[in-house]
Amino acid sequence: MDALATYQAVKERFGAKVLEINEKALDPFMVVDPSAIVEICRFLRDHPETAMNCLTNEIGVDYKDRIEVVYELYSYPKRYGVTLKVKLPRDNPVVETVETVWKSANWMEREIFDLIGVTFQGHSDLRRILMPEDWPGHPQRKDFVEPMEYHGISTVRDSPIIRMEADRK
Amino acid sequence: MPLLNTLPDYVLTTKTDEVINWMRKSSIWYMLFGLACCAIELMHTGGPRADIERFGATPRASARQSDLMIVAGTLTLKMALRTRLLYDQMPDPKYVISMGSCSNCGGLFQLAYSVCDGVDKILPVDVYVPGCPPRPEALTEGLLKLQEKIMNERWLTRANGKPTQAAQA
Repeated sequence: MDALATYQAVKERFGAKVLEINEKALDPFMVVDPSAIVEICRFLRDHPETAMNCLTNEIGVDYKDRIEVVYELYSYPKRYGVTLKVKLPRDNPVVETVETVWKSANWMEREIFDLIGVTFQGHSDLRRILMPEDWPGHPQRKDFVEPMEYHGISTVRDSPIIRMEADRK
Repeated sequence: MPLLNTLPDYVLTTKTDEVINWMRKSSIWYMLFGLACCAIELMHTGGPRADIERFGATPRASARQSDLMIVAGTLTLKMALRTRLLYDQMPDPKYVISMGSCSNCGGLFQLAYSVCDGVDKILPVDVYVPGCPPRPEALTEGLLKLQEKIMNERWLTRANGKPTQAAQA
């Protein structure tokens, strides 16, 4: 089985829960309904023909009008991978965690929560992983504004070129 | 006849300040503390080829036994608070070498939201070593510059009947 055949098989099984299958992209992907992501993931993992036993990557993307979470799965027994996407509203991005399917999702979802601000329902330990605990906002969002200072440390530094030109005047 | 010529060969005369400084500069114990890729060069500098132990600088695993902090690598804002804590734990007199572009001014990551652009925003820096990362020879040169600085400190001599600034610190 290859990626496209897998998408067709998932569409047959889940019907309207599969919103879109993009075959033209360099790396074909499938957009699914956020409410069905755990079901579909578990199906792909447990089905003997797909056997997606590895979540290689889980990515959050901010597209300004929506937020997408991308799941890249790989099957070591069958030696091929598939890509799933869910589209979430930007003002309240919530999706169920796939930590129950692959343990490796734990830290990846914490990173997406930290940097993009997606809330993963049912996650066992949804804390920031990279930024400090008291950091304001989610820095990889397109509309993130960098604070001028953090605990009294200023976050701006004059360019030496600008300073040199100011001295010359 | 001067006093010097009356002494036997095995007696040396010097100033107390210079002996103190000579002993201090020959045992600068630096903290084992690396933040990013500069730490690799720092390890190399302590290794057999560059070997800064011949100048008396040996790594210590605890801040409480160190005289020198070599800030080697990109200082993030999250780490900046912890670096300040480590610096506060070091006993006086203490010195700081800022190693590499990142800790000098933020370097390549100056515009990043998570990076403290310059360790001099949180600590007083004695020697800046440029480079990305600096070669072991450059860091050795930085250590020699620090030794020069230490040799110029005055602990006992009084200017106009007042203790010097170094003695007050």
